[in-house]
Amino acid sequence: MSLTVLTYLVVGFTFALYIGIAIATRASSTKDFYVADGGVHPVANGMATAADWMSAASFISMAGLIALSYNGYGGSVFLMGWTGGYVLLALLIAPYLRKYGKYTVPDFIGERYYSDTARVVAVICLILCSVTYVIGQMKGVGVAFSRFLETDYETGLGIGMFIVFFYAVLGGMKGITYTQIAQYVVLITAYTIPAIFISLQLTGNPLPQLGLGSTLAGSDVYLLDKLDMILMDLGFQEYTTTLRGSTLNMMAFTASLMIGTAGLPHVIIRFFTVPSVAAARRSAGWALVFIAILYTTAPAIAAMARLNIVDTMQQSDGQALLIEEKPAWFENWEQTGLLQVEDLNGDGRIEYTADPETNELTKLDNDILVLANPEIAKLPNWVIALVAAGGLAAALSTAAGLLLAISSAISHDLLKSTYMPSISEKAELRASRIAMAVAVLGAGYLGLNPPGFAAGTVALAFGLAASSLFPALLMGIFARRVNREGAVAGMLAGISVTLLYVFQHKGIMFIPGTSFLGGMSPNWFFGIEPNAVGVLGAIVNFVVAFTVSRLFAPPPSEVEELLEFLHEPSSVASQAPLGAAH
Amino acid sequence: MAEDKNLERRQRFAARVRSLMLRLLVVWFVVSFGFGILLVEPLNEIRIGGYKLGFWFAQQGSIFIFIALIFAFSSVMTRLERDYVDREKESGK
Repeated sequence: MSLTVLTYLVVGFTFALYIGIAIATRASSTKDFYVADGGVHPVANGMATAADWMSAASFISMAGLIALSYNGYGGSVFLMGWTGGYVLLALLIAPYLRKYGKYTVPDFIGERYYSDTARVVAVICLILCSVTYVIGQMKGVGVAFSRFLETDYETGLGIGMFIVFFYAVLGGMKGITYTQIAQYVVLITAYTIPAIFISLQLTGNPLPQLGLGSTLAGSDVYLLDKLDMILMDLGFQEYTTTLRGSTLNMMAFTASLMIGTAGLPHVIIRFFTVPSVAAARRSAGWALVFIAILYTTAPAIAAMARLNIVDTMQQSDGQALLIEEKPAWFENWEQTGLLQVEDLNGDGRIEYTADPETNELTKLDNDILVLANPEIAKLPNWVIALVAAGGLAAALSTAAGLLLAISSAISHDLLKSTYMPSISEKAELRASRIAMAVAVLGAGYLGLNPPGFAAGTVALAFGLAASSLFPALLMGIFARRVNREGAVAGMLAGISVTLLYVFQHKGIMFIPGTSFLGGMSPNWFFGIEPNAVGVLGAIVNFVVAFTVSRLFAPPPSEVEELLEFLHEPSSVASQAPLGAAH
Repeated sequence: MAEDKNLERRQRFAARVRSLMLRLLVVWFVVSFGFGILLVEPLNEIRIGGYKLGFWFAQQGSIFIFIALIFAFSSVMTRLERDYVDREKESGK
């Protein structure tokens, strides 16, 4: 059977599965639609959260980012940042918001800061960061289709939109939750199988986490030592120790990803679906277990695939690879444009070096590491087909979670809570489905015509969540004195600083040529790169919020009661006090 | 009198939660920002198999410890809450 047919079969089977689940788990009330009736088992929610969280970027790009762009150790910022955020989420945010017991993040901000303005500002922050994020997912769907199924990009995107549309509009949070569980199983299988094979081949150890620290099969040289050595020979820096920028930059980058993770609304709302506060805490632990399976495998794939690539480029006699002896996967991926070679000195060989003057492997895209991994390791075709299905599962599950966060912010926070409080539940459910449909179409449109900033979007989404929503939530839960004036000023200041810093270095709306300070690192504030600015935005948010709060009256007594309620032991009372309810 | 006791119990509970959070967050900071970034060079002198220890914390160890922290928080909180309810029942008698 040809690879394309096999891929169609595997992907087709997973899509049929998602649709089947959607039909079986239709939402029939707003509570179903927003929070799956609050009846999801904590382990199941953990799995759904893991799929919700791990996007096309985690699945396709992260290992390559670590191995190539961030040269090994520098890539640790993603590994620690994107997992450490769950500790903040589990300790400081999720249990309290679950206890609060409503449907959305702006719900909490609006009520805690007793202000429609605060709620609307939170909705704007939420939509900004979710929309920038969803564009990346839709692009991921289109790219995965066009690469593996040989459709054109538009067709692939269209099919992806149809699938998401079907199960998200129909099923709401309930449908999304159960589909995400299936998607988690697909994506984690697709990610770990090639990793196990490649680890076995290189080190004889089937567990990639152990293989990474083992010796190479048939020798007593450690894999990481070998990698360090041959990369240094080629003029690269040492894999296991090279910093990304400076120590301070790595701290700021890690911190930004951590607090961004803890402030992303589509992740937070997953914890509203479990039955109790205790379940929310446990569920965060399970989510991280399921995430860690991929995140501890990724650095192994990164190092092993990099070693394989370098090995391919060096022949046994120590000479560079002859052009006519290129392996088949090499040519396959040259056709996609992810890999490019140019014989600069005309010796018929491809020299791979760190020096751009002599390097003849002129393009080595980050994504190739995961996508071509099965071929490089000479694995059977069904594994390649599985990787395609896994990439799609990762992109679709994250897109659905983001779309739900966007649509509930519109139908619940803008319509029901702010502008049309008299709307009936039935009308609200209809509105939420319409908002979801519009969000899917909008995301599809942006996926087809990505604005110039598509490349910088994920960093921006994290920066926005870190600088606006996370501080507002944290102060909302723990800082009694912060009032509505402080919270609104803080959120606006945090967002402004983040946008300004990103735009001034990467161009306004990422349009090249409009960056007024240039992308050059000498102008970076203390050497902190624009991707890592979220933590600065958050600090500004905190300082502004505390200062402004001092200038205005303290929050009213209902807020005192709400905070009392949030902090009392969870088994004592499970209903919000009357004064705190709508 | 009963009111006072109630308030006191509540404050004790809040203080315990705060100190639990603080201790766990210290560990969270030490294993990631500490072992993974600030102290990575000295730790890299120590090796476990092929792993330099600092590198291992940055790419593997911190993640495992994060998981342990969340489950530790979850189970200690459940115990604290159960404790609180038990005492409330006792004082209600």
